[in-house]
Amino acid sequence: MNPLSVVVRTVCDLFAWFMIVFGVNVLLHGYVTPGGGFQGGAIIATFIAFLLVAYGGRRVASRVNDRLFDLFEEVGLLVFFILAFLGLPVTFFFNFLAKPLAESAGGFIPGVGTVALMSVAVGLEVTGALSLIILTMHRGIRMFRGEDLEPETGHDR
Amino acid sequence: MNWNAHLPALLLAVPLFGAFASPVLSPFGRTTRNALLAGLSFVTLLVSLLLMKSVLAGGTAVYVMGGESTGLALPLGMKLPIRIIMEVDAFSAFMAVCGTVASFAGALFSMNYMDKFTALGRFVSLYFLLTLGMLGMMITGDIFNFFVFLEIASIASIGLIAFWRDRPEAVEASFKYMLISQVSSMVFLIAAGALYGKYNALNMAAIGGLIKPGTMEKLALVFLVGTLAMKCGAFPLHMWLPDAYAEAPSGVSCLLVAVSQASLYGLMRVCFSLYGVNLGGAFIPWVIISMGLASMFFGVTMAVVQHEIKRLIGYHSVSQVGYMLLGLGVGMLVLTDARGMAEYGFTAIKGGMFHIFNYTMYKALLFLAAGAVYYATGKRDLNELGGLARRMPFTTGMFVIAAAAISGLPPFNGFVSKLLIYESVFAVHPALAVVALVTSVLTLASFVKVFQTAFLGPEKSSFTAVREVPAGMLFGMGVLTVAVLVATLFPSWTISNLVEPAAKALVDQAGYIGAVMGGGL
Amino acid sequence: MIANAPFFVVGLLFLGGLTAIFMEKNLVKIAIAISVISSSVNLFLVALGYRVGGTVPIHFLAGEGTRMVLPTPQAMTLTAIVIALATTALLLSLIMLVHRHYGTLDIDEIRRLRG
Repeated sequence: MNPLSVVVRTVCDLFAWFMIVFGVNVLLHGYVTPGGGFQGGAIIATFIAFLLVAYGGRRVASRVNDRLFDLFEEVGLLVFFILAFLGLPVTFFFNFLAKPLAESAGGFIPGVGTVALMSVAVGLEVTGALSLIILTMHRGIRMFRGEDLEPETGHDR
Repeated sequence: MNWNAHLPALLLAVPLFGAFASPVLSPFGRTTRNALLAGLSFVTLLVSLLLMKSVLAGGTAVYVMGGESTGLALPLGMKLPIRIIMEVDAFSAFMAVCGTVASFAGALFSMNYMDKFTALGRFVSLYFLLTLGMLGMMITGDIFNFFVFLEIASIASIGLIAFWRDRPEAVEASFKYMLISQVSSMVFLIAAGALYGKYNALNMAAIGGLIKPGTMEKLALVFLVGTLAMKCGAFPLHMWLPDAYAEAPSGVSCLLVAVSQASLYGLMRVCFSLYGVNLGGAFIPWVIISMGLASMFFGVTMAVVQHEIKRLIGYHSVSQVGYMLLGLGVGMLVLTDARGMAEYGFTAIKGGMFHIFNYTMYKALLFLAAGAVYYATGKRDLNELGGLARRMPFTTGMFVIAAAAISGLPPFNGFVSKLLIYESVFAVHPALAVVALVTSVLTLASFVKVFQTAFLGPEKSSFTAVREVPAGMLFGMGVLTVAVLVATLFPSWTISNLVEPAAKALVDQAGYIGAVMGGGL
Repeated sequence: MIANAPFFVVGLLFLGGLTAIFMEKNLVKIAIAISVISSSVNLFLVALGYRVGGTVPIHFLAGEGTRMVLPTPQAMTLTAIVIALATTALLLSLIMLVHRHYGTLDIDEIRRLRG
C-alpha cells in the first residue's frame, strides 16, 4: 500500500489515538455496559489498520515491532489463565474477588471481581492478536506486488 | 482441598497452560521447550488416568466451572443448570485416556521429528490447543461448549496440517479441511440453537431430560449426526481425511486420529445420551450402520491402490471408523429393545468401544512408524522404499505389531474387537458381518503390500546411510506399542475394566441425566 | 407471521451461502460465502433470544422495563463471532498461500491431491 495524501495522514495523526482511548474505554467498562475485552481489543487494533492505510506498508512495517504484540498476547493469556487458576480452591474460574451486590460500593458499579480483570486480559490478548493478524496479512499483500516474490519458505533450518 | 474433585478442570487446565506458556518459554531454548511439551503431555496423561480411576470408583463426576462448589449444578433451586458444566462419566474418561495416550506419544515423537524446523514455539502451542480441544469435546456436558471445543480443535488442526507451508499439498489439504469443517460446525451451531430455542437449556443432560419427539428435534438430530459423522470421517464426506492425515507432520497425524475419535464421541453422546429412547425408530441407527458399511468398504478399496504410505494409512482410517460406526450403530438399533440389547446389542457396543481404543493406539503407531521412515529416508512413496528392515529394526518391529493389529490377525487386539463386532452384527443381518470380514481381508492384503515393499526386499543402494531414528521417536512409538500389547495380552482385563464400564455408561441415559439434574424432573 | 421473518432471512442467507460454496469457483468468493453462512447463524441465535418489548439484559441499564431479551443467545453469538473472526483470518491467509503456490484462485485448478 502506498502512503495517502498529507490530509489523510494529518487526520490519522490526530484521530488514530482516539481509537485507542475509545477502545480502552469500551474495554474497561465491559463488565457493566455492552462491550468487553474482545470488542475493546478489536477497536484498539484498528489503530494499526489506520496507520497502514495512511502511511503505507513499508513505513509502518519498518517502525512497528511484532515482538511487542507477541508480548501483549502472552501477558494477556497468562493473566487470564492465572486468574482462572487462582479460583481453584473452590472451582476453576471461581470469582474469588466478587462481593455480593449489597456490599459493593456506591450501588452503580457492582463488585464484579475477576470479571473486570479478565476482560482487561482478554483485551490485551485481542489487541496483540488482531494487530499481528493485520500486519501479517499486509505482508501477504506485499508479496503479490512483486516486491519480494521468492518461493514460499517453510520452517526448515 | 480435594484434588480428586478438581480432576476434570485440571484435565483442561494443564494443556491450556502449556498452550499459553509455550510462546513465553520457547525462547529459552530447545531443552526447555521439549521439557514443556513432553512434561505437560505426561501430566495430562496422568490426570486422565486418575480421572478414569476416580470415575470408576465414585461414579459420574460433575464439575461446575466457577461454581460455589464443584458439584453444584443447580444453584438456588433452579430448574435448569446455568453454568458451564463438565460431565465425566466412564465413557468420557475412557475416551480421554485414549486421547491423552496418543497426545503423549505424539509429543515424544515430535521432540525429535520436528527438530530441524523453526517456529517450534508456535507448534507446541498449537499442539497443546489441539489436545485441549479434543479433551474438551470429550468431557464437556454442554452442547454449546462442545461447539466451542470443536472449533478450537479444528482451528488448531488447520494450523498444524499446513505447518509445512512450503508444500502446496499441505496448504491444499488444510484448505479443504477448513471448508468442510467450517460449514459443518455452522450447521452444528444451528442445531444447538434450535435445541436451545425449544428447551431453554444448553446442557446435554437437561435437554436429554426434557426432550420430546417432534419435528424440530428430528431436524436438529439430522444436523448433529450429519456434521459429526462428517468430522469423524465417515463415508460420503471423507475426502478431507486422507489428505489431512497424509500432509500433517506425523506427530500431529497421530493426535488427529484421536481428535476424529472425539467427534465420534460427540456423535455417540448425541445419539445415546441426548436423544436416547427418543431417537424415533430405526432410521438414524440404520443411517449410521450404512455409513459405517460404506466407509469400511470404500475406504479400504481406495487404500489398496495408494502408493504413498501415509495416504494409504489415512484411507485405512476411513475404513476403521466404519467398524466403530457399525458396532455402535447396531447397539443403537436395539436401544429400546431389552432382549436384543442383552443378546447382541451390548456386545456390539463393547466391540465398537474396544475398537475405538485399539484403533487409536495402532493407527497412531502406524502414522508414527510412517513418519519415522520418512525421517530416516526422506521418501514417502512406497515405490522408492525397500529393504529397511535391517537398517531400522525397532521401527520395523513396531510397524509389524501395528499392522498385524489393524488387520485383525489373532491374537492381536484388533482381532478381539473385530470378533466382538462380527458376532454381534451377524445377529442383525449376516450381510453386515460379510462386509466387515471382506474389509478385514483387504486391510490385511494392503498391509502385507506395505510391509513387503517398504521393509523387506533387497536393500536399495541409496539407503546405505539410513540408520535407526533417535531415541525420542522410538519412545513415542514405544508408548503406543505397550498400549497395543497390553490390550493384546490382557484382552479380558481390558474389556472388563475399561471397556465395559464405558459401554454401560453410554447405554445408561438416565444415569447421565441424573448426575446433573439430581434425579429430579 | 412477521415474528418469523428473521428466520426466513436466516434460511435465505444460509441457503444462499451454501449454494455459493458449491457453485462459485473463486476461492475468495467461497470465503465470502462462509462468512455469510456464519452471519446467518449469528442472526438465528440473536433472533431466538428476542422477546417482544424486551430491553437490554443488563441489570443496571434495563431501566423500568421488566421484560428482558434472553442474554444466553447473545453470549453464544459473541463467542461465535470471535470464532468466525479467527476462522476468517485463517481462511484468507490460507487463500494467500494457495495463490502463492498455485498462481490461481480457481478451485478447479487446485487439484494436486487426488485419488
